[in-house]
Amino acid sequence: MIQVTDLHKTFGKLDVLKGVSFSVDKPGVFAILGHNGSGKTTLLKTILGMVKPNGGELRINDQTIRKSWEYRKDIAYLPQIARFPENLNVHELIKMVLDIRNQKGRQDDLIQRFGLEKFLDKKLSDLSGGTKQKVNIVLAFMFDVNICILDEPTAGLDPVALIELKKLIDEERKKGKTILITTHIMSLVEELAEEIIFLLDGKIHFQGTLEEMQKQTNKKNLEHAIAAMLKL
Amino acid sequence: MMKILKYSFYDLMRSRWSYVYLAFYMLLGFVLLFLNSDLSKATITLMNIIVVLTPMIGTIFGIMYFYNSREFTQLLLSQPVKRSTIFLGQYLGLSLSLSMSLIIGLGIPFLLYGITQSEAVGNFITLLTSGTFLTFIFVALSLNIGLSNSNKIKGFGYAILMWLFFAVIYDGLFMISLIVFGDYPLDKFALGASLFNPIDLSRIMILLKLEISALLGYTGALFQKFFGTHSGLLISIGVLILWIFVPVTLMLRKSLKKDF
Repeated sequence: MIQVTDLHKTFGKLDVLKGVSFSVDKPGVFAILGHNGSGKTTLLKTILGMVKPNGGELRINDQTIRKSWEYRKDIAYLPQIARFPENLNVHELIKMVLDIRNQKGRQDDLIQRFGLEKFLDKKLSDLSGGTKQKVNIVLAFMFDVNICILDEPTAGLDPVALIELKKLIDEERKKGKTILITTHIMSLVEELAEEIIFLLDGKIHFQGTLEEMQKQTNKKNLEHAIAAMLKL
Repeated sequence: MMKILKYSFYDLMRSRWSYVYLAFYMLLGFVLLFLNSDLSKATITLMNIIVVLTPMIGTIFGIMYFYNSREFTQLLLSQPVKRSTIFLGQYLGLSLSLSMSLIIGLGIPFLLYGITQSEAVGNFITLLTSGTFLTFIFVALSLNIGLSNSNKIKGFGYAILMWLFFAVIYDGLFMISLIVFGDYPLDKFALGASLFNPIDLSRIMILLKLEISALLGYTGALFQKFFGTHSGLLISIGVLILWIFVPVTLMLRKSLKKDF
């Protein structure tokens, strides 16, 4: 489904990705971990075609993404910082995305699940950070696509919404979707992730299951296992 | 692309700025007509304002819109839409809404003063056409500046400088070179130089149409002598179209390489 080969990206003098290679060829939740500034977001944006790589190859559903945009029909994206056109209200934004994608959505169900009904005619600039993030979640999950890319989906969410989000991710996984997720909340990774992709110094340091990681580092707790990984 | 155009256009219609711009032109039209009370005189005064003001508004709005709509652009970039479609759609949405403000804002007062029954109607239309051309040109130029500068302040500075260059500095340099190289035949140079400034070019285009040779100035007179009024007009329109086409192409190429 997703094949990344020797991906390079530099921003000015900063080498962010220095030959990232990995592949995801089965459905499930894949957690991309790494410390701040390790290139997680850059990697996700490269997959989406928002960042242009300096070198390497990226294939989605066995097709190269270079100069292509159609492949994004099969991808939903939740950006790290929920920022929207400020002049629109929630309802208009959802309608606009539906119109631009030209796909059917299940927005009503999600709006209800995250309790957004009373915010529908509020302007996006007037919403709190957490509510914006809920809108972000609705936009990312309303389409029936095979690949979901979630960049820090938990940011600013209250516990109720967080539980709902976990349920939602779990449901999507059961539907056979591939979900790439970055997060700093380890409990989320432990609960949901089939596999961990660990980014360090612009390269993939580790890819495997939770158990494999624990075995390799001899640590039971995920946070400690990751800390041990950093020292390896 | 029509969808992107539609949403950019809506977005602009919602922001108060397009109304401010519209109201400004309406006020300008009424004041000019009130002071001149003669349609053809008002048209000439209007020309001087249009060739300086529409590029400025196009520049400022272009760069402001670019930085303000970053969120919208990023949202679109993650959707299954072609990059060139996004930027072309936004460009057209912005240029069209500015041009509409200009046309409606000036159109209403001149219509009320009976422009359709006067001889100046052709000239007035030429004026609005050149204002529209200048809007499309300077919006494209400022979007280019926005795409190459992620720093807002720098982008703004460069955009204003660009406008200042074409509106004021260019003429200054042109004059200086005419004085310095006064001993040489400068016809071709002057003719060429006027083609490289869309503001000069629209001024010449309007004056050729208005057939006021007294106001044509050196380059305008050369233009008329060289091409004649009719083909002079056509050539200036052709070059103005090129002035839209080249920056838009550059903008689209630049957008393909940019990281968001």
